[in-house]
Amino acid sequence: MSLQELLLMRHEWTLIGSLLILLVLELNFTDEGKTKSIPSAAILFALVTLSGFLPSQSGTLFGGMYVTDPLRILMKNILNLGVLIVFLQSGSWLRAKNNYNRITEFYLLMLSSVIGVSFMISAGNFLMFYLGLELLTIPIAAAASYEQYKSKSAEAGIKLILSAAFASALLLFGLSMLYGATGSMYFSKMIVTADVLHVLGFVFFFSGLAFKISVVPFHLWTADVYEGSPTNVTSYLSVVSKGAAIFVFVLLSVTLFETIRQVWQPVIYGTAIFTMTIGNLFAIRQQNLKRFLAFSSIAQAGFILLGVIGGTALAMASVIYFVLVYVFSNLAAFGVVIAIEQYSGKININDYNGLYHTNPRLSLAMMLALFSLAGIPPLAGFFGKFFLFTAAAESGYYVLLFIAVANAVVSLYYYLLVVKAMFVNKNESPIKYFHSDYPTRIALSACVVGILVIGFYSPIFEFIKQLCLSSL
Amino acid sequence: MSFQYTIWILLLPFIAFVINGLGSGKIPGKISGWIATIAIGISTFLSYRTAFQYFTSSSREQVIAVKTTWLRFNDTLQIDLGILLDPISVMMLVVITTVSLVVFLYSQGYMKNESGYDRYFAFLSLFSFSMLGLVVATNLFQMYMFWELVGISSYLLIGFYYDKPTAVAAAKKAFIVTRFADLGFLIGILMVSFYAGTFDFEVLTRPESLQFSTAATFMGLSTITWALLLIFMGGAGKSAMFPLHIWLPDAMEGPTPVSALIHAATMVVAGVFLVARLFPLYYAYAPTALEVVAFIGAFTTLFAAVIACTQYDIKRVLAFSTMSQIGYMMLALGVSGYEGADGLGYTASLFHLFTHAFFKALLFLGAGAIIHAVHTNDIREMGGLRKHQPITHILFLIACLAIAGIPPFAGFFSKDEILSAVFANHPIYFGIAALVAGLTAFYMFRLYFIVFWGKATKYDQVPHESPAILLIPMILLAIGSTLAGFIPFGQFISSDGLPLASQINWPIAITSVILALTGIGIAWKFYKVESTSPDKVAKSFGTLYTSATKKFYIDELYILITKGIIFRLVAKPLAWFDRNVIDAFMNLLAATTNWISVQIREFQSGQVQKYAIIFISGVLIIVLSYIYVNR
Repeated sequence: MSLQELLLMRHEWTLIGSLLILLVLELNFTDEGKTKSIPSAAILFALVTLSGFLPSQSGTLFGGMYVTDPLRILMKNILNLGVLIVFLQSGSWLRAKNNYNRITEFYLLMLSSVIGVSFMISAGNFLMFYLGLELLTIPIAAAASYEQYKSKSAEAGIKLILSAAFASALLLFGLSMLYGATGSMYFSKMIVTADVLHVLGFVFFFSGLAFKISVVPFHLWTADVYEGSPTNVTSYLSVVSKGAAIFVFVLLSVTLFETIRQVWQPVIYGTAIFTMTIGNLFAIRQQNLKRFLAFSSIAQAGFILLGVIGGTALAMASVIYFVLVYVFSNLAAFGVVIAIEQYSGKININDYNGLYHTNPRLSLAMMLALFSLAGIPPLAGFFGKFFLFTAAAESGYYVLLFIAVANAVVSLYYYLLVVKAMFVNKNESPIKYFHSDYPTRIALSACVVGILVIGFYSPIFEFIKQLCLSSL
Repeated sequence: MSFQYTIWILLLPFIAFVINGLGSGKIPGKISGWIATIAIGISTFLSYRTAFQYFTSSSREQVIAVKTTWLRFNDTLQIDLGILLDPISVMMLVVITTVSLVVFLYSQGYMKNESGYDRYFAFLSLFSFSMLGLVVATNLFQMYMFWELVGISSYLLIGFYYDKPTAVAAAKKAFIVTRFADLGFLIGILMVSFYAGTFDFEVLTRPESLQFSTAATFMGLSTITWALLLIFMGGAGKSAMFPLHIWLPDAMEGPTPVSALIHAATMVVAGVFLVARLFPLYYAYAPTALEVVAFIGAFTTLFAAVIACTQYDIKRVLAFSTMSQIGYMMLALGVSGYEGADGLGYTASLFHLFTHAFFKALLFLGAGAIIHAVHTNDIREMGGLRKHQPITHILFLIACLAIAGIPPFAGFFSKDEILSAVFANHPIYFGIAALVAGLTAFYMFRLYFIVFWGKATKYDQVPHESPAILLIPMILLAIGSTLAGFIPFGQFISSDGLPLASQINWPIAITSVILALTGIGIAWKFYKVESTSPDKVAKSFGTLYTSATKKFYIDELYILITKGIIFRLVAKPLAWFDRNVIDAFMNLLAATTNWISVQIREFQSGQVQKYAIIFISGVLIIVLSYIYVNR
């Protein structure tokens, strides 16, 4: 293997490298200096993210196990941006007394998980894919129970690992059927047909992946785990882990499963309706903001399926673009929740009453994030939904589109509830004015800029569309 | 030749807006004023450079200086954002930046002791940005967006004194009336683009390249005529043409420099600019629409001039005078032809727009200086000010002479062109225009004599001459008002792009000067010293005079139509239907949604084993339904 070939795996190498560097640094930190790993990790990961944007080549490695091309690199870059924002938002939480000794542990777990994301996206073989998936999940289950001293956190961890193991088992079951039917694990060599065994294999495989995306009815773990996990882990779960699974499914749907379009399109059709509707119906009732965002993210997943179902280059581009927008919007919302939780420990919507009068900038950031999630023009979220809907309309799914639009209206209602709490509702003792630390502010500002700019700067979408067209 | 840098003409005021807007309350007022002024100053410099570069090159082709695609719907329909340079947009760049710069400078003095100084400059910068974006728009849609931005910044500035109920009401009125007009504009845009398949001015201004079917008709007019009439409705709203003019007099509640910039020199001429921009289209496809433009222009110019003779609020007189002058411009556009000498009306209209910007801004700034000194808007409480404010007096006189059309001031040249263009095409309209020329001179000098001569009024505080920061901008405008007329305007701007040699049409020029002098003479006789003759004359006009003081009851008519008819007969029943039928249905939907959401909450039990059961059931249902369907 030449150096040239090794460089094809730049994302993975830089991630593994920074993980090792962090491990070695940790050994040298004194007991008082543990917090040094917070900036170290942020800087290392910023470098990783930046290096991802350097020009790179396409190619395969390890006899087709590993595949890379500009589209996959774009996907990794989008998710890396999300992880970077999560890292920036984690600093103040990790400095808290209870977490002090295990700061580096958090970063190591996250980095391992990101390595899993990278391998999963670049997989050219189902085994590789499965390894990536597990590497993505298991460290996160550990991170979910990071706050051992809280029973909720432990509960979240155990629920996540149990559900994930269950989903993995079904997914493996599906893979074994696909392998038995086609005689190969390589995407490039498998020929999937509408034969019953193939379809069964696909459905089991799909359910395992849908678990990650929180598609109804495979979503039930979401709310409990999102609520119990440390909020930083929740934001990672809702953006990066979900985004990775969506990317993999989009890639496979137009390559490997292209031949059984008539099978997966109805499946997506049905689950999309349920996912949007159920996600929304539950979100309406939530008081706890973390649960609220969990259900909102389920509903958002339903909208994403709307783009997946088209199976065209435009559809694919709309999904990737939506995830990009979603990264910024959702992480902005989580960023505000994290900042306020760190300062006051409050997490309910009622606690946000009158927030605008004490913390106007945080409230504005939250408002922009929620409006973007709701898809109000001219914010990026509007354009994201607009392209998703366009893709569905282009493929002729008008009924589905109508249901989606109705759901978008419902979602507006509950997003506005939070905005109303912050701006309109009166409160005798609102959360006092406070300064969040600089990394959090940088992360929030980046998100706000993203929300405001991505929609207007049309070359982004054109770029993604060209990549998708050329990779199909 | 590259015009890439023109993007900065737009961006600089926008940046100033962002800085002042975000830094509101943190940046000291003085600095925020200078940030805005320096930004607009650099824009002005760049505009002049653009004008020099553009007009010294021999070609008068349209240049797309900057262009990005904003939204692409399909291969043919897309919305661009960009900068289009052609003679009229370059001319407008010069006018807007010049008047803006002058007004920004003036505001530094005028607004000095006001609270919300930084907010004021933020809004002012936003306005300049929007107006500049409007004139350089490459397509109808971009123009519409900036058109609305202009509307909102005008709203913000009229309502600047937001603790004053009249100002708030005026801002709302302006916004609602112009928004109503913009509805027509939007429908017109959609219709035009539907037929033409494009929003781009590059295509729309070359009618020979368009393939319209003019066959489709509606109520006897072709649809394209309707479309252009609707677009003109938008223009009429912004330009305060009858019957959409009612907002402009009230808009005078805003700070006086704002009136000078927005409601005299720039925004209100947007309608003229709009018609001029689409003039080839109007001329080729909708001569009827042009006739309407001419009629509305002629009517408004007379209507407003008559009202102006009876008003006592100095700013309102100027507001009606503005309406009257814009009516002039519209009239000239409406009677204009397209090729060669026939296109004189087009050139004349834009020439008048150009000169009017200088002397009308000067009049407003002068009025501001006067109001600043005597603390009232009512001219009946003024008098003999020439002793107290000698410099302001001279500057105001220059502006009055310019608007009255006395040579060699700027207004004479442009007005002469308009009159000869109208004379060549339409004798009746010429009669109106000539009469208005006399009226204009009369009401302007009525104002001038009452304020600066007249009875020696006793003031509580002796009025003082304005400080240099107010006078210098006015002097700059006075120079413009004096010299702008000598520009050989036809060489630069003409309807067909070829230079138009214009010379003074002496018979008409002499007629108009005689009329103007007559107007001035009557004003001198009536108002130089206090006399009772004006009252006697007013009495002899009887109802006409009282109606004119009441602005011909147009506001009352609006109230009658909106409150009496629309609200009572249409809105109330609709409101009932909305509340009891539509809302009830929506409430039912909401209640159902809520009910379902309660019913399904059991699924989320928190028990992982139940989750697993639902999970596997989901898989099985998918599989079974597949097998069932493909039996």
